[in-house]
Formats: sequence, C-alpha cells, structure tokens
Amino acid sequence: MSDSELLLDVRGLSVDIGQGAAALRVVNDLSVTVRRGEAVGLVGESGSGKSMTAFALMNLFPSPLARVAAGQVLLEGRDLARLPPAELRAVRGARVGMVFQDPTSYLDPLMPVGRQIAEPLRAHGRTDGLEARVLELLDMMELPHAARVARQYPHELSGGMRQRILIASALAMRPALLIADEPTTALDVTVQAEILKLLMRLRKELDLGILLITHDLAVVAETCQRVNVMYAGQVVEANEVGSLFAAPRHPYTQGLLASILSPQSRAHSLFSIPGSVPIAGHWPAGCRFHPRCPIALAGLCDSGMPTLRTRGAGADRCLRSDEALAADAWQRNEAAAS
Amino acid sequence: MNEATPVLLEARELSRLFPVRASGGLFRARQMQRAVDRVSLSIRAGEVLALVGESGSGKTTLGRMLLGLTAPSEGTILYKGMDVATRSGEAARSFRREVQVVFQDTGGSLNPRRTIGQSVALPLTWHRGLDARAAAVEVDALLEQVGLAAAHFRHRLPHELSGGQRQRVGIARALASNPALIVADEPVSALDVSVRAQILKLMFDLQRERQLAYLFITHDLGVVRAMADRVMVMHQGRVVESGDADAVLNAPRDPYTQRLLAATPVPDPSRQLAPQRT
Repeated sequence: MSDSELLLDVRGLSVDIGQGAAALRVVNDLSVTVRRGEAVGLVGESGSGKSMTAFALMNLFPSPLARVAAGQVLLEGRDLARLPPAELRAVRGARVGMVFQDPTSYLDPLMPVGRQIAEPLRAHGRTDGLEARVLELLDMMELPHAARVARQYPHELSGGMRQRILIASALAMRPALLIADEPTTALDVTVQAEILKLLMRLRKELDLGILLITHDLAVVAETCQRVNVMYAGQVVEANEVGSLFAAPRHPYTQGLLASILSPQSRAHSLFSIPGSVPIAGHWPAGCRFHPRCPIALAGLCDSGMPTLRTRGAGADRCLRSDEALAADAWQRNEAAAS
Repeated sequence: MNEATPVLLEARELSRLFPVRASGGLFRARQMQRAVDRVSLSIRAGEVLALVGESGSGKTTLGRMLLGLTAPSEGTILYKGMDVATRSGEAARSFRREVQVVFQDTGGSLNPRRTIGQSVALPLTWHRGLDARAAAVEVDALLEQVGLAAAHFRHRLPHELSGGQRQRVGIARALASNPALIVADEPVSALDVSVRAQILKLMFDLQRERQLAYLFITHDLGVVRAMADRVMVMHQGRVVESGDADAVLNAPRDPYTQRLLAATPVPDPSRQLAPQRT
C-alpha cells in the first residue's frame, strides 16, 4: 500500500476516562487504518470500546472526563489528536463525516431536513448554491421527490429515510472519510440492507473511505474489505474479511463466528462463549480473553499483555494463535470434554 | 406437536384499532388504523410459536393482547377453552398466573430499587401465596435454575448486572408463577452475540424441563430457526404466511417473507452486497 492511499492511520490510540490514579483506560493501544475507497469494519460487543474509538477519532467525547491519553490519529497525514480546536473544527464535517445509530436523536425536530443537510455547508462557510447541493445530495441518497423531502420535517420520514438524511448531511462537504457507528442497528432488516447497499455504492462512486463500527459480523462480511475485532478495549484480530471469516486465528473471533445463528443452528446445539464480556476496570491481567478461552495456558496467557503480532495480511493478539488456527479452539475443547 | 396436545391459547379474528390523527383540523372525524387485522392463532401446550415481523407489523400489539395488557378491539381470546374477557375470580387469576412475559428491555422491566431476590419473590407471594421463608427458598432455586449463583445475586440490584444476567432474572421471575405459556418479546435482541446463545439455550432447556409453551416475538429469523416449531409472519397487521418453521424458512411462499429472508445479512464475505443503484 502506498502512503498516498492511506486516508486514516490510527496509531497506538489510548483513551482514558478520568484523571491520574483514578483514570480508567477504555481503549488501549489501538491501531487501525482506512485507505481511500475502502470500507473497514470495527467489530465488538458492548463494552469493547468501539464507540469510544469513534468519539476519540474526532474528539467528540460524550463526557469531558474522557480524553485521548496516547497515540496519533493521522488523517491524510495530519495528526488530529494534536490539532488546536479551531483547526479540528475545520476538519470535522468537512474531511470526515459521521453517522450514528439513532437517526432521530441527531435531527432537529423543528427544522426541515433540507436545511439540516445544508448545515455543515453553512458551518464551513459556504453561502451559495446550498439548495442545489441539497437536492443533489438527496438524489444521491436515492430519495424520490427530492424537493418535497427537503421541506419535510423528521417526523414525517421513516427511520430509513432519516438515516439517509443524516448520511446526506455527513457527505455534504464531500469528506474523504465516513465514520458510521452502528448506522443500521436501529433499523429493520429490509431497511438495513438498503442502507448498507447505499453506503457501498457511495464508497465506490465517491472513493469514500468508510469506518463501519458495528456489533454484527454478518454486516461486516457483506460490506467491508478489512475488519478489526475488538475485545475489552483492544483490537484482538485484524485481517481482510475473506481471510478472517475463512480462517479466524483468535479464539474470541472463532467463538464470535460460531455464535452467529446460521440456518443450521438449533436450540439444543447452540454455541456460546462461556462467561460474559468483562467491563472496563475489571479486565483480567495477561490476555484479556484468557478467563473465557478454551486453550488458555496457565503461566502463559494469564500474565503479561500479548502484543498485536502482524502475520501475513493480518494480525492477532493471541499467544497461541498457531494452535487456534491449526484446530479451532472451541472444537478442541469439546473433544477434550467428551 | 400432535393434534392430541390440548390447545392452550387461542385467538379468533383478533383486531386492534388505534386512532390516527387525520390531517385537516381538530374536528375532523378520527381515522382508525388497524395495527392488528383479524389474526387467528393457537398455541398448544409445550409448543414454540414464533411471531416474525418488522417494526410496525403489529407483532408486539398482538403479543400484548394475548397477555391481556391491551384490550382487543374485535375478536376473542380463549385460554384453555374459556373466553379471557369474561373470566373472573379464580379463572382470571389462573390466566394471569399461567401466562407470563419476558421483555426485551431488561433494564426497564425490573424495578431498579428492588433487589433481584425481591423481584423474583413477588410473584411467589402474590400468585402462589408462599410465606416469606418459603419464597426465599424458592427464589434461590429459581436463580440457580436460570444459571445465577443465588448467594451472589440474591441481594444485587438490577444495575449491578449485565444485560445477559438481567435477562436471566427476567426469566426467573416469569418462571416463579409456574407458567404454562411465556410470551417472550424480543428476549435476546438487546444482548451481545456471545451471550445471546446462552439465553436461547437456557430458554430451550427450561421449555423441555417444564413443558412450557413459548410465543417468541422476534425480527430475527436465526432465532426463529433455532427455537420455533411453527412460525407466523406478520406484515402491516396481517399474517401473510404461517406454518412449520423449517418449511416456511426453507421455501417461503409470500413475497414479503422472501424479502425478509433475502435481507438478512449472512456471515459470508463471498456474498458481498452488489453496490449497484437500487
């Protein structure tokens, strides 16, 4: 990959909540890259730190207690984590657009949606041609009767249409990168499929880099080129989608994939990872997955933090990933138990 | 499920109308919207029936009517052959006791100020008339049955528990009154992927042990396949397709069911969405 293709390059990002000794590290040493025109998935369960990562990239934390403690967020070569607030504002919404899970709470109920789409344009100093740009964007979002939709209020639109409005607004300034945090989680499956199709078309047509944050591996499989799996504040495995789904190397990834309900799944033989996701502040020493891991070794996995080791196109944070790759971690355990 | 198994709950031509505001002024006649439109169904003892549909399909309203939480506008509900609406006294109480509910939002359906033990004990004292000591013993047994260590969880408050643990408490509370039927409204859709299967497996084991019937309200076809004997697909208040769960999902006949199946994401990167204009 040449450096000019590299759009977003996050290096060793750590996020703390609180200060000093009371600080809680919720994202730890996270590195993610997104190239131009590429969709990259950031997958994790609740509490994995994936949404905190999204907030950290744009310094849009929901609480003043959270802050970037270490690392770089390089967008087109500039480190956003160190930009003065005014310069960061010029980037936010202009070079990077964002969409979130619940479209309703990000729209002003008292303002026609067309004006809301134009807001980023106004905020970045554009004064003319706003209406034409809004209609162009609405058309790009495949909304029929663009002029009429522009005059409507959020409550007159369906959930899927509202999400299209937010995507239009996020793309108004022609950003190079779109951060989408659970953009389809609140939507019905048929609407979800339409929104995902739309995002993939925009990626191609606009050469848009997309960072898709989601809990749903199946959504990633259908849309992304590369994927990062997060567990307890860390990326535990990263790879191209084809390789990750065909040959997962981290026992957690293997367990997550086995947990997805397939057409063959039946209640009496459902797979689940024992235990539950530990919350921040209660992360175990050593590999954070080791208490739930079927191939964890005492003396190896329970002390010291495994690093993210690059191997081939991918990387994993498991000291026993060779064993996990050779024979699925969870099947081995079943064989031993039976 | 054979024909000899007694029908537990039956709904005949059930409808629910909600008023919608007509555009054009305060004094215009109110229009009525049929959220549920003449739906009939029956659940036999020990059977798992899944109710599938998207938001607005009427599946939750139907579930609420079957629970007696929303009154039907038209139609009748029979529990063990008797009309629920005209029941009173012990007959009404046995319906309330034997038909229980598990909700999606475990955070909102448990009283935040009551300990887990108190929440599970309430139906024991209320429905089964146990005294405090007997209830305490039964609470511990129920918590253990849903996979929660009683000594550790009895005195906890809901906010101290994870989503999966709270859902286990919700199930324990439903079991407390010895139900014959549990209406489960999206019981796993708020849970993490790695925990979802644990809860489904627990519900399956309990169903086998106690000969429970479930009405599983869900939008997730994977859950339907894993759990259900029969399935009913709802769209805009109507049942568009119903039958044996495997048969319907393997060869859906209704175009809406087909669309629903096609839209469900599959964890297979070789089947990536084609980015063409729709």
